Amino acid sequence: MAEQAVAEKEEKRRRLEEPTPKLVLTSSPHALGEDSIERVMWSVVLSLLPATLVGLYFFGWDAFQVIVISIASALGAEALYQKISGHKNTIKDGSAAVTGLLLALTLPPASPWWLSIIGGFFAIIIVKQLYGGLGYNPFNPALMSRVFLLIAFPLQMTQWPVPHPLFSGIDARTGATPLGELQVARLMGKGIGKAAELNLWDAFIGNIGGSIGEVSALALLIGGAYLLYKQYISWHIPVSMIGTVLVFSGIFWMINPEKYVNPMFHLLTGGLIIGAFFMATDMVTCPVTLKGQLLFGFGCGLITIIIRMWGGYPEGVSFAIVLMNIATPMIDIYLRPTRYGARKAEVKS
Amino acid sequence: MWTIAGEGIHPIHEKKLTSSIAVEDLKLPDKVVIPLSQHIGAPCEPLVKIGDHVKKYQKIGEPKGFVSAPVHASISGKVIAIGRFSHPSGNQSQSIVIESDGKDEPIDGLAEHRDYLNLDPKELKDIIVNAGIVGMGGATFPTHVKLSPPKEKKIDVVILNGAECEPYLTADDRLMTEMPGEVAEGMKILMHIMGVKEGYIGIEDDKPGAIEAIRKAIAGTSIRLITVEKKYPQGAEKQLIKSVLGKEVPSGGLPMDIGVIVQNVGTAVAIYNAVRYGIPLIERIVTVTGHGIKRPGNFRVRIGTLLEHVITECGGLVGDPGKIIFGGPMMGIAQYTLHVPVLKGTSGVLVMPKEEVLLEDFRACIRCGRCVQACPIRLLPNMYSVLAEAEKPKEAEKYYVLDCIECGCCTYVCPSGRPIVHQIRYIKAEMRKAKNKVA
Repeated sequence: MAEQAVAEKEEKRRRLEEPTPKLVLTSSPHALGEDSIERVMWSVVLSLLPATLVGLYFFGWDAFQVIVISIASALGAEALYQKISGHKNTIKDGSAAVTGLLLALTLPPASPWWLSIIGGFFAIIIVKQLYGGLGYNPFNPALMSRVFLLIAFPLQMTQWPVPHPLFSGIDARTGATPLGELQVARLMGKGIGKAAELNLWDAFIGNIGGSIGEVSALALLIGGAYLLYKQYISWHIPVSMIGTVLVFSGIFWMINPEKYVNPMFHLLTGGLIIGAFFMATDMVTCPVTLKGQLLFGFGCGLITIIIRMWGGYPEGVSFAIVLMNIATPMIDIYLRPTRYGARKAEVKS
Repeated sequence: MWTIAGEGIHPIHEKKLTSSIAVEDLKLPDKVVIPLSQHIGAPCEPLVKIGDHVKKYQKIGEPKGFVSAPVHASISGKVIAIGRFSHPSGNQSQSIVIESDGKDEPIDGLAEHRDYLNLDPKELKDIIVNAGIVGMGGATFPTHVKLSPPKEKKIDVVILNGAECEPYLTADDRLMTEMPGEVAEGMKILMHIMGVKEGYIGIEDDKPGAIEAIRKAIAGTSIRLITVEKKYPQGAEKQLIKSVLGKEVPSGGLPMDIGVIVQNVGTAVAIYNAVRYGIPLIERIVTVTGHGIKRPGNFRVRIGTLLEHVITECGGLVGDPGKIIFGGPMMGIAQYTLHVPVLKGTSGVLVMPKEEVLLEDFRACIRCGRCVQACPIRLLPNMYSVLAEAEKPKEAEKYYVLDCIECGCCTYVCPSGRPIVHQIRYIKAEMRKAKNKVA
C-alpha cells in the first residue's frame, strides 16, 4: 500500500507542479470551416455588383445618389440603434450593407433622397433590429421596407426614368415600365397593349424602365451564378420561383395570347430575377430545408404571377416574397428532411 | 461512386503529414498506466496486486459482465500502483500502473491455431473475448458482444470499415497498406464466426495504396472491396452501411437489425493475431500528427503508454500547443494533461499549435441552412442550437435530437461559429437528467 500511496502522490505532484502546457479544452469538432457571416454577406454584395454597375450605366447620377444614400442610411440606422440599445456594433458584418444595397436596387432611379433615408431606417430598425437583429427578423428587411415605401409613397415610388446610358447625351425623361404599361392596358380592357412590342434583348441587358438593379437580367444572372457557385444559395428557390412564373404565364399565354403576354416578358421585366436570386433566397427569411425551399419558391412564383395578371399592382414580386416569409417557420417544421433510418410510420410526423 | 449522396462535408484533409510514413515501433515506455475501463460497458476487476510481477500479455483485469472486455499487461514489470489515474475521457479511472523491467518478457504458452478456419465459431468467440478485443475505430464496443446478436437477428453481411474519414488520421490506411493479408484473414474469421457469405471492405478513395494492397489480398476470396468517396463522415457506421449496401439502419436501432455487422479494419487484424497466435490486444497503431509535433508518424504503441512519452519520442512539441486531441479533429477528445494513456480505441494523437486554435464568441444563427444540408442523419441542427441557447432542451426531443451521431459536420460548416455539437450534448445531458428524475 505504501508504494501505491507513493505513486498516487507522485502523480498528484506532477499534475500540480510540472509545467504541463496550457491546453485548450473544448468539445469536438476541433476543426472549423472558414466561412463566416462576413464572408457570406460581402459575397452577396460582390454578386450584386454587376447589376449595380448596369443600373449606374443606364440611370447615371440619379441611381448613384440612391445607392449611396440607401447604404449609408442602413449602416447609420444599424449603428445608431446599437449605440442607443447598448448592443455591440455589427455594421462590419456586412448585413446592413447588403440590406441598404438591396433596397437601393429595388427603388426607382429617380426617387428622392429622403425616400432612401426612410427606407434604410425602416428596414434596419423596424424590420430587423426590433425583431432581435440579424437572424431573428421574419421578413426580408429590404423588401419589407420597399413594400412600406410603395404603399406610403406611391407617387415617388412609381416615377420611372427611361434608361439614358452614360455619355449618350440622351436626357432623362420619365416613361413607364413594361409591367406598368401592361397593367394600364389590362385595366383599360386593351388586352396586352404594346407589351408584345418589347424588345427582349433590351430587356435582357437592362435597357428598359424599372428599378435600379432589376433591369438587367444578364447582370443579375451573373451574380446569381456566382452565389450558386459559392454555394451561398442553392438552386431550389430560383428555379421553382421562376419556373412557376414561366409555367403559369405560359399556360395562360397558350390559351389566349391576345390577353396574356408570353412568359419571356414575365421573365425579363420587373423584379422576378432579382427577387428569385437575391431576395427570396435571403437566408434568414427563407426555409432551411431544400424541400421547404422548393415549396417556398413555388409560393413566391404563384403569388407573383397572380398579382401581375389580375392584381391592383403591376408588379407582385415584393409582395409575394414577404407573404411567403410569413410561411417560412411553418414550412421549416412541416417539410423536414426525412431523417436517416426513419421508420415508415414516423416519416410523416 | 459509392457514397453518402447529398450529405456530409469535405473538411480539411491533412493526411499527407503521415500517410506515406511506414508504421514504426514506438520506443517502449518505462511505465504504463492501464485503465480497467477501455471499452463501453462494465470496468474490469484487477487480477493483480501491488508488488506483483507481470509479464507481457498477462491478463490483469477480469471483466465483470458480458458487455466488458479484459485488459492485459502491455509490458513486463512490476505493478507499482492500482488507483485512480487520468483517463483520456476527461475523468479519472481505476487503473493499474506497471513499471517496466526492461525485458518485455512475454508469458509462455500462447495458444496458436494454424487451422483457425476449422475452429468452431463458439471457440473463436472465446478467443476474442479473452484477448480483450474491442472496436478499434474509436467506439471501443466489446467485439464479442457485436458478434453475438440475439438469435432472432440473422446476420447476412459483414462490413470492414477502412474508410478512415477523420482528417489527419492515417493509422488504418497504413495498417491496410502494410498488413493487408492480416486484414483479409481477420475478415475471413469474422465471416466464419457469423456464418455469412457476403463480406465487404469499404475504403475511401483517397487511399490508393491501401486499396491496391487490399485488392491483391482478397483476390480469389468472396470478400468484395468497395471504394467509397472521400467525404466526411463516410466512415461512421451508419453512413458506411448506406454507402456500401444502400440500406439504412432504423432510427434508434443497430446494424444487426438489418442483418449487418461492421468492424474496423484494425479490429480485424487484432482478431487475426488473437486467433492465429494467441496474442491479446496490447498494442495498436496510432497516428501522431498535427502541425504542433516535431516528428509526425504512425506508431505501434503499447496500450497504457502515456501521452508524454509519445510526444517525447516524436521529437517533442513545436512551439506552444493549443490543443492535444485523442482521435481526429472532428470527433476526438481534447486532453488537459500529458499524463493520459493511449487506449485500445486511440487512433490518433493530434497536436494543434496555438495559432490553429481559435476561440471566438459565437453569433446568432442566420438560418443559412448549411448545417441542415450537411447533416448525415438529415436532422435540423440549427433548431437544436437555437433551442439549447434558449434553454429549452425538451423541445428538441420532438426533432429527434437523440438520433444525432455528433459527427461535427454542422459545427464545421456554421458561418456563425456556433458550437452546435456542444449544444446538442447539453440537450442530451439535460434529457438524461430529466429521465433519471422520473425513473
